[in-house]
Amino acid sequence: MPRVVVDPVTRIEGHLRIEAEVDAGAVRDAWSSSTMFRGIELILKGRDPRDAWAFTQRICGVCTTVHAIASIRAVENAIGAQPPPNARLLRNLIIASQCVQDHVIHFYHLHALDWVDIVSALSADPAKTSTLAQSISDWPLSSATYFGGVRDRIKKFVDRGQLGPFANAYWGHPAYRLPPEANLMAVAHYLEALDWQRDVIKMHAVLGGKNPHLQSFLVGGMATPIDPDQQASINMGTIAGLKELTAKAKDFVTRVYIPDLLAVASFYKDWAGHGAGVGNYLVYGEYPESDGGSPRLFLPSGVIRNRDLTKVESLDPSKITEQVTHSWYSYSGGDTVGLHPSQGETAPNYTGPNPPYDRLNTDAKYSWLKSPRYDGQPMEVGPLARMLVAYASGQPRVKELVTMVLGKLSVGPEALFSTLGRVAARGIETQVLAEKMDEWLDELTTNIGRRDLRIQDNSRWDPATWPAEATGAGFHEAPRGALGHWVHIRDRAIANYQCVVPSTWNAGPRDAGGKRGPYEEAIVGTPVADPERPLEILRTVHSFDPCMACGVHVVDAGRHEVVRVRV
Amino acid sequence: MKRSDSWLGEELARHGVSRREFLQFCTVMASALALPDSVAASIAQAIEHTTKPALLWLEFQDCAGNTESFLRASRPTVAEIVLDTLSVDYHETIMAAAGHQAEQALAKAVADKKDAYIAVVEGSIPTGAGGAFCTVGGRAAIDIAREVCGGAAATIAIGTCAAFGGLPAAAPNPTSALGVADAVPNVRNLINLPACPANVENLTALIVYYLTFKSVPPLDHYRRPLFAYGKSIHDNCERRAHFDAGQYVETWGDEGHRTGYCLYKMGCKGPVTFQNCPNIRWNGGTNWPIGCGHPCIGCAEPDFWDKMTPFYQHLEGIPGFGLGTTVDQVGAGAVVGVAAAFAAHGVVSFYRHRQDVKERQRGPERGHAEPTQKGTDNRKV
Repeated sequence: MPRVVVDPVTRIEGHLRIEAEVDAGAVRDAWSSSTMFRGIELILKGRDPRDAWAFTQRICGVCTTVHAIASIRAVENAIGAQPPPNARLLRNLIIASQCVQDHVIHFYHLHALDWVDIVSALSADPAKTSTLAQSISDWPLSSATYFGGVRDRIKKFVDRGQLGPFANAYWGHPAYRLPPEANLMAVAHYLEALDWQRDVIKMHAVLGGKNPHLQSFLVGGMATPIDPDQQASINMGTIAGLKELTAKAKDFVTRVYIPDLLAVASFYKDWAGHGAGVGNYLVYGEYPESDGGSPRLFLPSGVIRNRDLTKVESLDPSKITEQVTHSWYSYSGGDTVGLHPSQGETAPNYTGPNPPYDRLNTDAKYSWLKSPRYDGQPMEVGPLARMLVAYASGQPRVKELVTMVLGKLSVGPEALFSTLGRVAARGIETQVLAEKMDEWLDELTTNIGRRDLRIQDNSRWDPATWPAEATGAGFHEAPRGALGHWVHIRDRAIANYQCVVPSTWNAGPRDAGGKRGPYEEAIVGTPVADPERPLEILRTVHSFDPCMACGVHVVDAGRHEVVRVRV
Repeated sequence: MKRSDSWLGEELARHGVSRREFLQFCTVMASALALPDSVAASIAQAIEHTTKPALLWLEFQDCAGNTESFLRASRPTVAEIVLDTLSVDYHETIMAAAGHQAEQALAKAVADKKDAYIAVVEGSIPTGAGGAFCTVGGRAAIDIAREVCGGAAATIAIGTCAAFGGLPAAAPNPTSALGVADAVPNVRNLINLPACPANVENLTALIVYYLTFKSVPPLDHYRRPLFAYGKSIHDNCERRAHFDAGQYVETWGDEGHRTGYCLYKMGCKGPVTFQNCPNIRWNGGTNWPIGCGHPCIGCAEPDFWDKMTPFYQHLEGIPGFGLGTTVDQVGAGAVVGVAAAFAAHGVVSFYRHRQDVKERQRGPERGHAEPTQKGTDNRKV
């Protein structure tokens, strides 16, 4: 059967390769491979656990907060540090703004070009585009003059003959279905979103010094002092500035992103029938709204199996394992067993072809990703999983928005289990979080009013206060899904560190039983009109928002073998 | 393609920027580059008349942090236009094409624009496993780097990973990762823009410099442009007065922390880190790490993951911190110590000292912490 290779998969973070067998206009089988490896966990061995967040943060510069958050939570869990309420609020604001900004960038800059044909936008009528835009939103940038200007800009760009990042793409592909006016509107908002993301992420600069790679995290709290009477601290001026940014975030999401999403989706409703995937969903939950060991979570945790929305199981982290049957690693107890991350091993064992190569041997090992499983089953993680668990658990705002979106598209809840469902869920989550951020800011203001200026649990800062041996786990909902870090501290240094990452869950290869990972399963059945230009495969892969630098499992710190490779 | 003068005018108008504002921008850029204001006119002229040079952005063992930084270009607004003046013919994270169509675009640009394009490398380059630790389109990163950087008019190694190996090259360097200078020796006009990630304002300034003068700016011994890496964080820090006065943060959240005292005792690496963070700050001048209360971690320096850690341990070897020293003596003594450390080659000896200390601290357990095959010589000019 002819095999289609997409490598590099672009408009993602990192290095992803898809091989797919295509026959009679559809994908019959698929393999997802990650082609980059760094070994960050081995690098962590022997280091100060309070430094770990900065190392793991560099796993990814796109979701630049997520591995820092998971790391400080894991170390806090191990040493018994308890961040004060202000630190919890500052973290919630950082996490939510990351999610909002990241989801909008994904929609416009990473995913949109799978649905939007820029070349078609050139033939759009600006007046009709204006009518369309004004029919779906009261966003002010919607006049015929405005859209005419955007069209002329694109036309000049094309006429200059240097297409830059837009060269050689799938323009004119029969799977593009938007009318020229919708394409032009989307292109205009692609450009607007570039400015917007740059501005709203200033929240991170305020709360973290800079973005990417914020630098205000501490094991035990946050390094950003709070004091209404000091200019070197978060004060009421800072809060006012943050409110302006959350307002800007919410405005664009409500009046541009969500209307665009609904408009685009209405032309691609058949994509609610493609890309279903494994049908199991796992969520750790996020946004603690109380303090202590088992906080109340704004977005609930849970597990859904076999697309059964009537039943949300409570999550049991001890059921998580990772397998390496098809991954370029070896386990000391054999490559067909699954190991819990707290006992994880990762000895790299590259058995693939020497580069340059055309084809991977997908019957053997074929990826730098491991295969995480929950109770032996592959699980999808991410915005769709979060919204499904929240919807099925009765989270009021999520339920309301899911119902609204399904109603506007005239589809039932079963449409959520799809490529289009992932796109919609990401939008719904963005809206929920954009609305929520002000509440945390208000709570912070109330604390400041009470002169509660605590930002850090200093009682565990000095390693001399730690036990000789400690283990901990830190859980987090990253934009792309459930993220867990496991740490083992011995003699105040890192003895072992393991990350099980959203894109590992989603993009991992087959397991010992030959069961496909979520990307692989979702791609099977996807229609492919032209195997030379597999646009449809990109649609489904991008609907997961791949983040491969995150997904690559890094070397187990407990082992000394570093490289056992076929060279 | 020869561009007419009116092209820039249209670009500016579209962004709502007047010609006067544009000239102001050029003055700001001249100032960022520490050039006399009179040069602003020639910068403006160079940008207006230049044809759109191709830029090929390669990502290897990276986290895309520098790509994200690139997307944050914000100050002044016209900086965006300056970036628009490039033809970004290859950049995996933003380009529309995928798979072999993407690789065709790269091959075409390399062939058609040989010796004229600018290569940007993000991420380190692994040399272990026969190149299998990082492949794109089935090709090893190092082969792609050799080809693309080999045909470039200039190569910018953006971020500490591409410049010096960065995090993947931190001990024990599991993948034998290298920076561009070591992985592809003798690359023409190599410029390092380290930091984790690099600040986009420095990338912008570098590109303007290159387009204006058709040459590489003066570099330090790590190939970093002096206009951005010529002075230490400490020299320009807004909290320097507190250092000199011996006023330090002692505990997170204490009164000194809230007041903005010096973070030296909390582990700040500003005295041995050369970058312009305090001047240009981040995200359109919004803030910077020390401004938000966290110490500098030294991210623009080679091997900072090994030499600047533990991050929260204060710098050693700077006199004046012994028991029994008064606060005033601490301040004065430290100034002398830092000044001495910055004398010719002082920084190098500082690093060697740190490395010795490091190895003593880690002991035999980290015996593989040998900083490995990093040809330090190649990284220095």
